[in-house]
Amino acid sequence: MNSDYIKIIRPKRGLVNINFKELWQYRELFWFLALRDILVKYKQAVIGIIWAIIQPILTMIIFSVIFGSLAKLPSDGVPYPIMIYVALLPWHFFANSMTASSQSVVGNSALLTKIYFPRLIIPTSAVISGVIDFCISFLVLIGMMIWFHVVPTGNVVFLPLFLLLAFSTALAIGFWLSALNVEFRDVIYTIPFLVQAGQYLSPVAYSSSIVPGKWKLLYSLNPMAGVIDGFRWCLLGSVAPNWTSIAISSVSVFFLFVSGLFYFRKMERTFADII
Amino acid sequence: MEEKAISIRGLGKKYLLGVGGGEKYRAFRDVLANSVSGIFKRREKKKNQEFWALRDVSFDVEPGQALGVIGGNGAGKSTLLKLISQITEPTEGEIRIRGRVASLLEVGTGFHPELTGRENIFMNGAILGMTRAEIKKKFDDIAAFAEIEKFLDTPVKRYSSGMYVRLAFAVAAHLEPEILLVDEVLAVGDVQFQRKCLGKMEDVSKQDARTVIFISHNMDAIRRLCRRVVLLENGRIIMDGGADCVIDSYLTLNSKDRGVDTLKNKIDQLPADPAFRLKDIDIRQSGKSTLQPLASREVEIKFNYDVLETRKKLFVSFELKDMDGKVLMESFHNGSETDPTVYKGTYTSTAVIPANLLLPAAYELVMYFGVFGDRNFYKPISVLLDVQSDGKSNMVYMIRPLGGKIALPVKWETKQLRSN
Repeated sequence: MNSDYIKIIRPKRGLVNINFKELWQYRELFWFLALRDILVKYKQAVIGIIWAIIQPILTMIIFSVIFGSLAKLPSDGVPYPIMIYVALLPWHFFANSMTASSQSVVGNSALLTKIYFPRLIIPTSAVISGVIDFCISFLVLIGMMIWFHVVPTGNVVFLPLFLLLAFSTALAIGFWLSALNVEFRDVIYTIPFLVQAGQYLSPVAYSSSIVPGKWKLLYSLNPMAGVIDGFRWCLLGSVAPNWTSIAISSVSVFFLFVSGLFYFRKMERTFADII
Repeated sequence: MEEKAISIRGLGKKYLLGVGGGEKYRAFRDVLANSVSGIFKRREKKKNQEFWALRDVSFDVEPGQALGVIGGNGAGKSTLLKLISQITEPTEGEIRIRGRVASLLEVGTGFHPELTGRENIFMNGAILGMTRAEIKKKFDDIAAFAEIEKFLDTPVKRYSSGMYVRLAFAVAAHLEPEILLVDEVLAVGDVQFQRKCLGKMEDVSKQDARTVIFISHNMDAIRRLCRRVVLLENGRIIMDGGADCVIDSYLTLNSKDRGVDTLKNKIDQLPADPAFRLKDIDIRQSGKSTLQPLASREVEIKFNYDVLETRKKLFVSFELKDMDGKVLMESFHNGSETDPTVYKGTYTSTAVIPANLLLPAAYELVMYFGVFGDRNFYKPISVLLDVQSDGKSNMVYMIRPLGGKIALPVKWETKQLRSN
């Protein structure tokens, strides 16, 4: 191709910056890896799709019965099941993508020890495959909204922004955990716990309006709280999210993301040696 | 400096060996537990052992040159390729590379069993650094080279291992980087496919004038593909020069007395016999004891023994067996003498196996000592004779080993009568 292209390989020290040009050169590999995950996942198409539908619906039913019917928590004027389903959409996307991303580096060790490519591609492409599940679940949501006669408001145009926030959160944690997981193989065992705890710390099963005012600020440090409030606002037109909280969420994601990026870059130098 | 394809200066790679040695990964809970207990008692800092897999390595590769890298296990060959291909980072030194690099460290990297042949070609191509457009252009060639056209839409998990390997190599072989790094890919597939691969590699390095770095234990392949060879030992370059010269000295260096000591032990532990005492068996080539002789030179088997009683038909003999246990030949030390009597005294008998009679393969050498028709003094002594190739014969048809059990020194003469 370009024989004037010279590459110099030297030991690197200190913080390693991110080579965006190189990432761009490898964009095809990025899509191929994401495509591979998706193809493999939906190869047994029926099971893959059914699981993407059943998982949120079952969770929705359980939560509606326990929190809506038994605990009688408020639902801000929309049917309780749909309020939960709207929250489960970003939550499952986040949980699945974050889990996939965290396990991705160790899962691709065969590649890592044989071929060079920007390692950042791995945790990032793993998040992409979660998008398909999200789309399938979203189709179900449209069906449910018709069933429950819920009309989305014009706020729906902001939905991609909140999806992006969920995406970045999953990726930020994915950077951290996937790199940690290479050196400390017991890190993956903490992930199911993180997901479970996070589900109750985020307003998935309930409306964030029941969180007492003095805890609101602390509560909004959790980026997924902002994402879920945003989803409800966009799709159900319920209470507008507290924009200060969203700003705090975004800033905390930003820090998590950037620090994860640099931590990953720092650790990736030894991936092939210890994996 | 400017025209070099690869230029390496003072390259070194250090690994830390954990104290425990066995433990590869740290557990997060241990780190937590240790730092907590560390508050209460001052612990001696465990020192990790350093290990230089590669040190002070410097060389240049000209564009279009095929460089072979040889050396024993753990000499640092694979580490060198991993550094050049950027899989791992050097501890010191510098590598300058001009051009696109592709490495074939193991064929089939990134193959997914659930995906079809077609999907895997695209996947693997992308992993090896081809663009979609490139793969599309070469898709038919790849499928044809791998001979799997009929199974393109079958998941790879249903492929035979031969098909799998063929497909994997086919993708890799159609890469068009300026610099190709190859590690032992030729150890795969059946003999015919290996030949096809070698041919392809030859095209790549000779006709397309691409720079190739080739690591292998297969001296025949190295000799055929590379004009220049670097010999590594313990992470350092100990020789760098013409292929023939470096490979020859590597082979003599390498044929150290593996197994020779075991033979000596066997002899020391033989039971005493009133009629016969075996003192020594020395299997030699070019003046050195070895059980890994080269096929291209004579092998001497030297027996030193004392005959304590004069006996008729006392013999020293040996058999060569193939690995299936079939006897290929048998020979007695005094088979062609006129007087069958062996008198009391000290003896040396030397049997010479001519050059170019053994194939580069493993043989079992079984030696007998006894009085014919009466008894054997000992149980037969058997050693493994692992005959090596020096890569000089059979350059064109690199089937290894050649068919058959031994190599008859056949004389060929071919004349071109007319050029049509």
